[in-house]
Amino acid sequence: MRRTLIAAGIALATQAGADTPVLTVYAGDYFTSEWGPGPIIETEFEKLCECDLQWSTGDLLPRLLLEGERTKADVVIGLTSDVTARARATELFTVHGQDNSALTLPIDWTDDTFLPFNYGHTAFIYNETTMDAPPASFDALLEMPDDVKIVIQDPRTSISGLALVLWVQAVYGERSADVWAKLAPKILTVTKDWSASYGLFTDGEADMVLSYTTSPAYHMFAEEDFTKKAAIFPEGHYFMVETVGKIAATDQPELADKFMAYVMSRDFQAMIPTANWSLPSALPQSDWPEGWSELPLPEKVLFYSETEAAALQAEAIETWRNALSQ
Amino acid sequence: MAQRAQPISGSAGAVAGSFVIAAVLAAFVGIALRAEPGAGLGPAEWQAVRFTVVQAALSALISVLLAVPLARALARRQMPGRRMLITLLGAPFILPVIVAVLGLLAIFGRNGWVNLALDALGLPTVSIYGLHGVVLAHVFFNLPLATRLLLQGWQSIPAERFRLAAQLDLPPWMVFRSLEMPMLLRILPGAAALIFVICLTSFAVALTLGGGPRATTIELAIYQAFRFDFDLAKAAWLSVVQLVLAGGAAGIALWMIPQIPLTGGLDRPVRRWDAKGGGQRVLDVLAILLGSAFLLLPLVSVALSGLAGLEAVPASVWRSAGVSLWVAGLSVCVLLILALPLAGWIATRARGSVEAIGLLGLSASPLMIGTGWFILINPIADPVSLSLPVTAVVNALMALPFALRILVPVLRETLDSQGRLCLTLGMQGWAAWVWVLLPRARPQIGFAAGLTGALSVGDLGVIALFADPDRTTLPLQMYRLMGAYQTEAAAGAALILLSMALAIFWLCDKGGRYSAHA
Repeated sequence: MRRTLIAAGIALATQAGADTPVLTVYAGDYFTSEWGPGPIIETEFEKLCECDLQWSTGDLLPRLLLEGERTKADVVIGLTSDVTARARATELFTVHGQDNSALTLPIDWTDDTFLPFNYGHTAFIYNETTMDAPPASFDALLEMPDDVKIVIQDPRTSISGLALVLWVQAVYGERSADVWAKLAPKILTVTKDWSASYGLFTDGEADMVLSYTTSPAYHMFAEEDFTKKAAIFPEGHYFMVETVGKIAATDQPELADKFMAYVMSRDFQAMIPTANWSLPSALPQSDWPEGWSELPLPEKVLFYSETEAAALQAEAIETWRNALSQ
Repeated sequence: MAQRAQPISGSAGAVAGSFVIAAVLAAFVGIALRAEPGAGLGPAEWQAVRFTVVQAALSALISVLLAVPLARALARRQMPGRRMLITLLGAPFILPVIVAVLGLLAIFGRNGWVNLALDALGLPTVSIYGLHGVVLAHVFFNLPLATRLLLQGWQSIPAERFRLAAQLDLPPWMVFRSLEMPMLLRILPGAAALIFVICLTSFAVALTLGGGPRATTIELAIYQAFRFDFDLAKAAWLSVVQLVLAGGAAGIALWMIPQIPLTGGLDRPVRRWDAKGGGQRVLDVLAILLGSAFLLLPLVSVALSGLAGLEAVPASVWRSAGVSLWVAGLSVCVLLILALPLAGWIATRARGSVEAIGLLGLSASPLMIGTGWFILINPIADPVSLSLPVTAVVNALMALPFALRILVPVLRETLDSQGRLCLTLGMQGWAAWVWVLLPRARPQIGFAAGLTGALSVGDLGVIALFADPDRTTLPLQMYRLMGAYQTEAAAGAALILLSMALAIFWLCDKGGRYSAHA
């Protein structure tokens, strides 16, 4: 008797599974963990769409390139601006169908394929209890004594590391090589990814870490720790954005469109700051969660379009590598 | 030397060996299918090759040299807790890299215990970052392995020889020269080659402790080629360079070393009359104290910060611990299926040249194997749903050379001493395995299984490339915690990972020894 009930249950469950349409969303690995925005997005979107949102995580671009047209993705979320050129070249993506003018980014966004859903800026984070005189500008950072130790990420393996070399390029242009030579003795080490760097910083191994302007927000709002600050430089900060794109060959085009609309909705945008520890892409500052608008943000924002970045990238990385290999 | 008749045939071993070669070759084929002709290797890549070879050679040399006094002291001193100490000293080898780096920094970092002590004494502080930091970390990882291999060597010297040396009243240095030196010459090159190959494929250690891009290793360059440039041709070239280097090292070590036959003793407990002198005693105590401090203090720091973070560990970490356990179990099964016949085959041959096959899996980049197989599996099935079995197989391949090093000597010795008897009794093939070889090799099988399980639990491996969110392994979950500002919980997860790796190793090792002591 019991066995038949279980069998019936399984049959019903598979039946239900077959009727509910499935939207497969590829996301970066951190995204769907319980500390990422994934779980909230899944619950909230499933209420709207009467569908089953299924995450599939991993290295986004290598995976798309490997899978090619056999990809199971309907939507890809988390592509950063440094890989959009490569992603575009796969011709797997179609237009996002949303109104770019609803975006509230500090830069002008005209791309109709990749839709930003959050942003931030590169910044050096320090602990104000251990650092008496934080640098007030990028120039001041270069003039700091060499025993101030900074930890950064490798531009060849990490998006924030790449943003740093582009940041130096945007501020100093031709003088980048000298700038890196001045920074080199202060650089404690270079890590593969952001989390290893940040761990060194929170362990007290380094005085400053290359991170994001929004990092202090995590410590403020999640830990009530007000000692971590971002050094804001008048020369400007490099802009970083994460986007969402729709796969052209999707078998769920309507669900995918619904998802794109959901990304631009107030509910989604208002959730981004505390769920992803970054700034919402389409929400006026006055509507940010409490306390967020007091977060010190740069007045000047620097950004290379994907074509400019692609042209500069190789040389900027080589300059970095040469200076730090001395 | 002519091959003499053996009770076991090499055919099962040849099948296992072919599987290993096919697994690695298939990955190459997969990548070759998709690779577009690229720019080839530039100066940055060649610099990476140079750095990789230099650090791997230094690490291997220093590891085996330091292992000699430590293993010698452990081999000839009887003290309470000696077995426990030997097991614990093995821990760094099975420690996940990221955990180990945290532990090393707590001791040798800018605010580490060493620098605090130096500062308190008014001495200048030291920096761990640079080539010496990379070598330090590699010695930390591999000194345990070298020590274990040498310890086995010491145990292979029959007790009767030391008795004879004592009767002849040989001074300690003569005992060393006539009994221990030949054994060292036989074991050291192989151990050094193995460690060289392990350090060739080093990745995260080199970058974090190397201090900058001059410390780029080949494995890191492969990762960059895959992930950032998506230049499969470059990645494949780099993998070939890595394979050639590792294969060269293995070839030198395995072909050039003569086999020195050891006649078996009567399994009498070893007594060392030569070690009774005061100077010898001081030397041994010093070696054990320094070795233990170097290997255990980083573990203590990991345990301390882990205990503080254990409360913050969420339920998902325990779930992923279960997944990791499953992967480790599968890895051990795959390993035993491959390693036993392969080791048997090698043991029937006069020279160890076939053992080079075992090094293939270790010297091929796991990233390359994972990507190659992904390309091959993709047209037929969903690679993501196979990510856990693939991880288990790759982990088993990486543990294969260690298992062979552990299994081959005992199988060879058993075949030498019991082979003729088996043939006389008509015990061949399966019967010889079940009644003679497996029981004799049981401690070594336990050791190899424990090592594989522990390595597999701690390895991030290929799973990071394409993980199913519901089937996360513990190392991956730990990385996620670190990536989400949850450093405390990550420290807790690190402690769980460390405990699991040690427990698996201890259980298998113990299981293997159970009958030996019964």
